[in-house]
Amino acid sequence: MRTGIKHRGLTMAKRNKLIGIALFSPFLIGFMVFYVAPFLLSVVYSFTKGVVEFTFVGFDNYIEVFESPAFQIAATNTFKFLLIGVPLIMVLSILLSLVLHRAFRGVSWYRSIFLLPLVIPVASAVMAFQVFFAYSGVVNTWFQQIGLVPVNWLDSDMAFSLLIGLYIWKNVGYNIILLLAGLNCIPDELYEVSRLEGATRFQTLRYVTLPLLMPTMFFVVIISIINSFKSFREAFLLSGTLPHTSIYLLQHFMNNNFENLNYQRLSVAAFLTFLVIIFLVCLYFFARKKFFEYEM
Amino acid sequence: MKKKRRFALYGKHGMLLIFSVVILLPLVYTVCNSFMATSEINHYYAGINAQGGTTAFHLIPDQFSLDSYYQVFISRPDYLMKFWVSLFLTSAIVVGQLVISVLAGYALAKFAIPFRNFFMFAIIALMMMPYQVTLVSNYIVLEKIGLLNTYWALVLPGIFSPFGVFLMRQILSTMPDSILEAAKLDGANQIQLILKIVVPSCKSGIVSLVILSFVDYWNMVEQPLIYLDDPSSYPLSVFLAHFNSSNLGLSFTCGVLAMIPVLLLFWLFENDLTKGIAFSSLK
Repeated sequence: MRTGIKHRGLTMAKRNKLIGIALFSPFLIGFMVFYVAPFLLSVVYSFTKGVVEFTFVGFDNYIEVFESPAFQIAATNTFKFLLIGVPLIMVLSILLSLVLHRAFRGVSWYRSIFLLPLVIPVASAVMAFQVFFAYSGVVNTWFQQIGLVPVNWLDSDMAFSLLIGLYIWKNVGYNIILLLAGLNCIPDELYEVSRLEGATRFQTLRYVTLPLLMPTMFFVVIISIINSFKSFREAFLLSGTLPHTSIYLLQHFMNNNFENLNYQRLSVAAFLTFLVIIFLVCLYFFARKKFFEYEM
Repeated sequence: MKKKRRFALYGKHGMLLIFSVVILLPLVYTVCNSFMATSEINHYYAGINAQGGTTAFHLIPDQFSLDSYYQVFISRPDYLMKFWVSLFLTSAIVVGQLVISVLAGYALAKFAIPFRNFFMFAIIALMMMPYQVTLVSNYIVLEKIGLLNTYWALVLPGIFSPFGVFLMRQILSTMPDSILEAAKLDGANQIQLILKIVVPSCKSGIVSLVILSFVDYWNMVEQPLIYLDDPSSYPLSVFLAHFNSSNLGLSFTCGVLAMIPVLLLFWLFENDLTKGIAFSSLK
């Protein structure tokens, strides 16, 4: 009823719109300058050559990058990391959230402990990690004591497993919180009904809990994928800019090309990464619309 | 039946305990080792870089010592300086981000601004990008506006980070419009609305944004390495990243130093953090 009233010459709706724009614009300006513009600039770079004078070269850079062995290794490792790390962390976090969902003595302690690595600076933990997994470190010393051959943890394919371990260590708590929130949204009546119908615990899990948890799980998969892209920091802390080949990731490729001032190659890799992530986001929204419309 | 249930209970606690130990071990190890004298550290870690050397698992100090703490806090104040640099930078980013995010999140959630859905999509997309994607061009932009090699190069992009806006929008869109309408009818202006209604109703979001972005920027490694030339201006996080085994005791203590602010935040606001994370779910 108020929307029609004129207020200093403007309708209420128009005035509201202006206030909204005013509130949004500080962010918009900064977002444009520090995120959108740099991103667009790097897309343009990916199609050019030269350092001072830029010439348009079409897809030359893309072909060059695709053919470079360093990029191939980096892309393979990044996807391998996704394909192994994400299912592992999903299984683990679903299992743990199902356990932690029920109230029992000490449950809040466990929840806190699992969330702790999220706030702890990775660098603080990496030190202990290095003491344990250095070639002459604690784990190999144990190995020798029980008669096993020492393993070159940080400088062999084992580095990949260690990085997966660090990724799970760091992110499992975040996933658990999201899944617990999802579990809390499942109405108690449904459990009640399934109990009255005489369903076993497994049946309840299979036909009530998991299907209703689907949307949350789906979101957690996306978050886990994104977090796997952030594992570069851990890889970097573990073994610097030139790690063992098994953990040479796309971000190493980009970082090293930055240091060699090869902006075009970097921009190509950046844009390709962007496309993959956008594809995942669109997939998420599409699947949500298609399958989970009934939810909330 | 009863026996089986008890067995399951032991199994559950056993599993949780093992996970907890694995999670806590690196932290406890760091803290315990920070209380060892330099001589003890040197003795126990003598073999760590030697070919064929061995390193024993050494958790409890033989002799409790504040040796490394004395070094970090008193005899080598440069580390403490790094701590303050880190704290200053991170706080500046967090405060700035909070103001910007609350305003923009409120606008996205409650106002019909043009291209609203497009902005939301752009925010989500860029929020998900790894840092390296905009590395070069950000470098160039910062150089163009003359911020390279200043702390502004770290602070400004941090303030406008899209995650905060996303989180605030998620939370504020669950706030019923009727509260705002009622306050408006009572004659509240926009500033009053924001301070008295919007901010209190996204308290858990604000707290978790503070913690999550504090942690993120407290740990920043890539940005200072690239945007700052002078290694002496690097924050604590970068020093920790360049850990050197020649002075392990000091590294452990700096590790503890780096944990203190985040642990404090975590201890004080854990519940709000959990609530805020739950809200970050896309719905």
